[in-house]
Amino acid sequence: MAVFEALLELADDHLILGHRVSEWCGHAPMLEEDLALPNMGLDLIGTARTLYDHAGKLEGKGQSEDDLAYLRDEREYRNCLLVERPNEDFAHTMLRQFYFAAFMRPYWLAALNSTDEVVRGVAGKAEKEMAYHIRHAGEWVIRMGDGTAESAARMREAVDALHIYVDELFDSSDVAQEAEAAGILPVRAALRADWDKTVEQVFAEALLEQPQAAFAQRGGRQGIHNETLGHLLAEMQVVHRAHPGARW
Amino acid sequence: MYSQGLIGADGRTEETPEFLERFQRRIDAEEKIEPKDEMPEGYRRTLVRQIGQHAHSEIVGMLPEGNWITRAPSLRRKAALLAKVQDEGGHGLYLYSAAETLGVSREEMTEELLSGKAKYSSIFNYPTLSWADMGTVGWLVDGAAIMNQIPLCRCSFGPYARAMIRVCKEESFHQRQGYEIVMTLAQGTPAQKAMAQDSLNRWWWPSLMMFGPHDADSQHSDQSMAWKIKRFTNDELRQKFIDATVPQAEYLGLTIPDPDLKWNEAKGGYDHGPIDWDEFWRVVKGHGPMAKDRIKARKKAWDDGAWVREAALAHAEKRRARKIAAE
Repeated sequence: MAVFEALLELADDHLILGHRVSEWCGHAPMLEEDLALPNMGLDLIGTARTLYDHAGKLEGKGQSEDDLAYLRDEREYRNCLLVERPNEDFAHTMLRQFYFAAFMRPYWLAALNSTDEVVRGVAGKAEKEMAYHIRHAGEWVIRMGDGTAESAARMREAVDALHIYVDELFDSSDVAQEAEAAGILPVRAALRADWDKTVEQVFAEALLEQPQAAFAQRGGRQGIHNETLGHLLAEMQVVHRAHPGARW
Repeated sequence: MYSQGLIGADGRTEETPEFLERFQRRIDAEEKIEPKDEMPEGYRRTLVRQIGQHAHSEIVGMLPEGNWITRAPSLRRKAALLAKVQDEGGHGLYLYSAAETLGVSREEMTEELLSGKAKYSSIFNYPTLSWADMGTVGWLVDGAAIMNQIPLCRCSFGPYARAMIRVCKEESFHQRQGYEIVMTLAQGTPAQKAMAQDSLNRWWWPSLMMFGPHDADSQHSDQSMAWKIKRFTNDELRQKFIDATVPQAEYLGLTIPDPDLKWNEAKGGYDHGPIDWDEFWRVVKGHGPMAKDRIKARKKAWDDGAWVREAALAHAEKRRARKIAAE
C-alpha cells in the first residue's frame, strides 16, 4: 500500500534523526545544549509517533507505532541516509539538523494543503518546530563557521562529509510519487529552491561554501543504508525484542 | 542528601555576636534571606556548597537515566524518558543560577565538580542495569529526593526556596512516572516482574542511604537546622520515606529486601533493619561502582565541548567588533 509506505519513509526520517539527537543527552558542550538537543529530539520523535500511528491505521492490519518502530529490520527501514549519519561532533550534528530542517520546513508548509487530515494536523505543528530548528541549528552553523580557526575547519569538514546526502532528500520514491499524486504528501523536488535559499543565507554568514556533490549517495528509500543504521537499530530495539509481546 | 558535600566542611563564621543575633532573629521570624542581604559567611558557604552539590547531582543524575534513552522499549517511554532527563538538566541550570546569586560562577562550580572537589549525591554512582531501573530510579530515588526537597521549599534562602517549588512539581511527576513504569512491569510477564524485583533489590538500600547518616552521626544538622536551611533531620525524612513507600511496594506485589522490616504500632511507622554504613561511607568517599565513569563522562563532555564554547565566544566578539565598526 503506497500511502502506508510513503508515511513510513517520513516517520523513519524523524525517528532515526530524533534517536541520533537523543544520543547527545547529558554529553553536550554546554548545559543549554543539553536542554536544547532533547527538545529537538522530542519534536522529531513526536512527529514520528503520529505518522507511524496513522500509517498503521491506514494499512489496517493492526500494526501499532511500536510494531513499526521496533520490529522492522535494517532493510525494511526507509529513512534517507542523511538522518542516520553518526553524530561525530557538534559541527556534524548541527549541520545535519540544519540541512534536514531546511528541507522539512517548506515540506510541512506545503503539506498544510494535504488531502489527508492527519498529515495536515502534523504539518501545522511541525512547520513551527522546523522553523525553530532552522534558527537554532543555523545560528550554530554561523557561530562555528565564523568562530575560531578550529571551529571553521570542523564546519568545513562537516559540509564535506554531509553534502553528498543532500540530493536524496529531494528524490521521491515510487510510493512517495503515488502519495504526491493523490495530494497527500508534497512533491519533494519542488522544494529545492527553498532549501537552497535557506542554506545560502546561513552559509554566507557562516563563511562556508556549498560544494558541488561529485556523486550523491542514495539508497535509504530502498532500504540500502550505511553500516551505522544496523547498530542504531540493534540498540534501539534490543529490550523490546527480548520480550516478545510484552507491554511497556 | 545534598549536604553530603558538607561532610568535613568548615562551618565556622567570624561575625560579631550582635550581627549573628540580628541575622538569627530574621531567620526565626521566617523572613526570606535574599542575595544582597547581609548574611554570615558560614551561611553563605553552606548554601553555596549545598546548592552547588544539588545542581551537580542533577547534572550527573542525567547519566544513569540517559544510559537507557536509546534502548527505551516503546516510543512513548522513549519520549517520556528523554523529557525527564531534560528536566533534570533544567533543574541543574536553575540551581546553578540560584548558587550564582551567592557570588560563585557556574564555571567555577563545574570545575570543582570535574576536579572531584565538589560532591554530588552518591546515589548516582550506582549503575542502571535494566529497563526496570528507569522505573525504580523515578519511584525511589526521585521519591527520596522529594522527601528532602519539599521542606527545602521553605528554606530560609529565597532563591533556593523558590527554585525548589518548581523542581518539586517536576520531581513529583517523575516519581509518579517511575512508579507507573514499575507497575507496568509488575503486572507484566514473569520476566518483567523479575526485572522489577531485581531492580528494587538493588536500589532499596542505596535509596535509604540518600538521607545521610543517622542523626547521632550527622555533624552539620544543628547549624543548618538553626539557620532553617534544613527543617527535618535525616532520620525523620528517612522514616517518612519508608512509611510512604512500603505500602506502594505491597500494592505492586514486590518484596522490599529487608527481612527486619515490620510495622511498629507504638510509633506509627515501620522499623527497618540495619543500614550498611560501610557501604555508605565508601560510596560517599568516591568508591561507588560508577564514580570514576560518571566524572569521566562529564569531563569528556566538557573537554570535547571546549572548542564549541570557544567558537561561540569568538563569534560573539566578532559580531560586537563589527557592530562597533559600523557605528
